[in-house]
Parts: sequence; C-alpha cells; structure tokens
Amino acid sequence: MARMVTTRNKVISTAAAWLAGFLIFFPILWMVLASFKTELEAFAIPPSFLFFHWTTENYVTVQERSDYLHHALNSIIIAGGSTLIAMLIAIPAAWSMAFSPTKRTKDVLLWMLSTKMMPPVGVLVPIYLIFRTVGLLDTRSGLIFILCLGNLPIVIWMLFTYFKEIPKDILEAARMDGATIGRELIYVLTPMAVPGLASTLLLNLILAWNEAFWTLNLSTLEAAPLTVFIASYSSPEGLFWAKLSAASTLAIAPILVLGWFSQRQLVRGLTFGAVK
Amino acid sequence: MATQQTQLLARTLLTPAVALLFIWMIVPLALTIYFATLHYNLLDPGSESFVGLENFRYFLTDPAFLASLQNTLVLVGSVLAITIILGVPLALLLDQQVVGLSIVRLMVIAPFFVMPTVSALVWKNLLMHPVSGLFAWIAHLFGLPAIDWFNDAPLFSVILIVSWQWLPFATLILLTALQSLDEEQKEAAEMDGASAISTFVYITLPHLARPITVVILIETIFLLTVFAEIFVTTGGGPGLQTTNIAFLIYSQALIQYDVGSASAGGLVAVVLANIVAFFLVRIVGRNLEA
Repeated sequence: MARMVTTRNKVISTAAAWLAGFLIFFPILWMVLASFKTELEAFAIPPSFLFFHWTTENYVTVQERSDYLHHALNSIIIAGGSTLIAMLIAIPAAWSMAFSPTKRTKDVLLWMLSTKMMPPVGVLVPIYLIFRTVGLLDTRSGLIFILCLGNLPIVIWMLFTYFKEIPKDILEAARMDGATIGRELIYVLTPMAVPGLASTLLLNLILAWNEAFWTLNLSTLEAAPLTVFIASYSSPEGLFWAKLSAASTLAIAPILVLGWFSQRQLVRGLTFGAVK
Repeated sequence: MATQQTQLLARTLLTPAVALLFIWMIVPLALTIYFATLHYNLLDPGSESFVGLENFRYFLTDPAFLASLQNTLVLVGSVLAITIILGVPLALLLDQQVVGLSIVRLMVIAPFFVMPTVSALVWKNLLMHPVSGLFAWIAHLFGLPAIDWFNDAPLFSVILIVSWQWLPFATLILLTALQSLDEEQKEAAEMDGASAISTFVYITLPHLARPITVVILIETIFLLTVFAEIFVTTGGGPGLQTTNIAFLIYSQALIQYDVGSASAGGLVAVVLANIVAFFLVRIVGRNLEA
C-alpha cells in the first residue's frame, strides 16, 4: 500500500517536473526551431511546430550579411581575456588570504564583495569619458579591462572559498619535509586546487560572455561582442526573425553547454559562499 | 623568521588585487561626485562651471526621476515576488523523486545562461508579438483578443522577461539549500505523525528562510540595474513607462550628453544599491565566521 502511494507520487512529480521544465525551456526551443524556418514560416500564423521546410540558410546568411564570426571572435577574446587576466590577479590574492590569513582578511574580503555591489550605471559617466579621452571606446582591450575589474571580486571570492577547503595540515606536512614554497605550490597545492580553478574559470567565462551593460555602452562595431551584435536586430528595419533566431542560437549554444557543466559552481559563485 | 617571510609574501601577493579594486572603486566614484557638482554638457563644451548641488535638485525633482524610481521599485519587487513564489514550489518539486531529474534540471536552469539581449528579443518578437507571436496565436485558439504586450503592458512585459531569466537562479539556490536539509529531521517529523503541510511549514520553510534572503539580496543588486532588456525592447518607452533609474541615467548621459545630471543620478543609484549591499555584506560576513 505504502509502496503504491510512493509510485503514484513519483509518477505525479515526474510529470509535473517535466511539464515545468518544458515550459521554462520552451522559449529557447522555439527560438532554435525558428532558426531553421524560412522567414515566411517563422512569421506564419498558425505557427508550425515541427512540420515545416527545415533549412539552414539563415545560418549562412547571418555570416554572409553581417560577419557573425567577427563578433563571435570578439566575444571569445573579450570573455576569455578578461577571465584569464582576472584569474592571474586573483589566484595570488586568494591564495594569500586562504593560507596566511591576518586579522584584516575578513574585512578585506567583505570590502572586495562591496565593490561588486556598486551599480555599473553609477560610474558609467566617468568610465565613458575616460574611455573617450584615451581612445578606448569600441576597443577589445577597453572591454577586457572593464569586465576583468567587474568580475575580479567574484573570482577572488570563489577561489578563496575553494582554497579554504584545502586542508592546511597537508601544507604543514610538506613544509616539515623541507618542501620550498615553489615545490609546495606545484606539487601539493596545484593538484588540489585544479577543480576549484576550473569551476571559477567556467563561471566567469559565462558571466563575461553574457555581460550586456558595458558591452552595449562602450562598443558599437569594431569591438562589438555577440551581445551587441544581437541587439542590432532590435532596430525595426524589417522582420528578420529566423535570422535573429539563428544568430541567437549560435550566440548562446556554447555558453549553454558550459553553463550546464557549471551549475553547481554557479550557486557557490553567485552567492559568495553564502549557500553551498 | 619563516612566518615573517610568509607574511611578507602573502602581503605582496594580495597587493595587486587590492590596489586594482581600490582604484576601480575610488577613481570613477570620485569623478562621478566631481561631475555631479558641475554644469557639464558634452554638446556644449567649454561651458563647464561649478553649480554645487544644482544637479541633484534637478535630477531629484525631475518628474522622470519619480517615474523611473517607481518603475525600478515595481520591476525589482515584481521580479522578486515572481521568482520566489514560483521558485519555492519548483525547487520542492525538483527535490522529489523525479525520473530524468538531471535533464529536467538542465531545462530549468537554461534561461540563466542566455544573454540578456537574446532573451529580450526572442520574447519580444517570437512570443509576444501582437500579430504573429505565439502568445497571440494561443489567445486566438481560446477565442481571446491578442494582447499588444509592449504597448498595453510595457512594464509588465519587461517584468515577465526578467523573471524568466532569474527564476532558474532562485530555483537552483533554493534547491541546493533543500538538498542540504537533514532528511532524518523530516523523517522524524513524519514518524511523529506530522502532516506534509506541517512538515513544510515548521521544518522546510524555516530552513529556506536564509537562502530566500540571499536570493532576495543578490537578485536586488542585479535587478536594480536591469538595462539590456529595456534597451533592446522598449527603449524606456512608451513615454517613460519602462524607464528605470539605470536607463534614465544612461539616456541623460549618452543621449542628452548631460554629464552633470547623469552623474548626480549615478550617485543616487549608488546610494540605493548600498542600502541593499549593507544587509547582504552582513549576512555573508556572518557566514564567514561560521
């Protein structure tokens, strides 16, 4: 009897969960379907769900007419560059705070967190003017610089929470055995830190890829990443829904895959360790 | 000796990060404060002059400010309400025994990874378009008139899109918290004859209080400055109906080129965010000691 109830509950919760998941995912699915339709079919009422003339011509057109690859490359360089530089600055800082904490470490960490709380719009004016003066507007290096600083607090925090979990006894044992700091870093710390480093890298790649305040305000064409490229479809100079969908699908596909791999780290990274 | 060396090393390693963040925080903020006291319009170069608090008076008494403050509060409040009211049951559901849970979870989390410009344009054009959007067709199936979302309910449309983006975040955090809830406690309650409802009210809900607070605070930080979704869908309109504070400052700075007034507005935004940040930093700080 009890077992029957459990089975029934399982069926009900499975059905409900799949329905909810499908509804939430539907806009993305609908976009992917539209990207394989002709412009006419993408616009048609009643809409066709699966039985339409499947075509890949939108993907070809997006590249030919608007040089999609140029913007994709910008996204890769800006997201990748800003993440790597942020990691290079953050790893020593987080290492130092996790393994040689002082009385002030907690204050430093909280202060770093508070810099993330500053709304970007509060400093839009000076950043824009500085960029204009020194010629960084619409350059990749300018965006790399800004996104790197913007994400630095999150990178340091995530790394700190990971490093903190590495048992200190192991380090002491290594030191007793006469390991130098360099050897300690390479042979003891690095292998244990790799998972944390990888998840930090992944989450910040995602955040930088999707960043749409600074990219929209500081780049127009040359350095424009995919966020800005997609935004150009908002001008109502014709209905290019199938092409918008194709461009959007290409823009989110790689990050969706990365995101699915990093969902656990997402919670940790975005709550600054407050929820694990 | 060795400790002193280590401490010196530790400080050296920490310095670049601290210095960079310090500059990043202080220089633009100081410039914003400075600009806010100037009459400074990019269209009228050379006319810069000190005006004291005039910009603040202008920004705060501008009817657009009150409208945008109201829109900001409605946007933040509604998205918080929607994501938590839907997020709690969704997280509870995903905490049950579900066949194919990992796939369901992938589908639920997906919207969070979609860049804001894509989600906004897909919703606006493919779903909410009054003639050929999917919603219009569904309304037609039920014999209802199609809704012209972005004209009839522009702010609500933006709220809908932003909620879709943030529901996964709320759900995932609440789910993570639920999974750390002690199963034995729940089982003990059930053995003592507690009903499912009282288990939920007396055990699960109190356990969720903290993650819900965290969700509220973090979402608020991000939602106070929603920008891209408004930028690509409504451009703040019609009229001022979807202009929030972030968009108002943007339009004063980069459309009207009024640096002084936009800077004053920027400081108002900083103060608003700091009120929220104050509480968030305290909660995180408490956790750091534990």
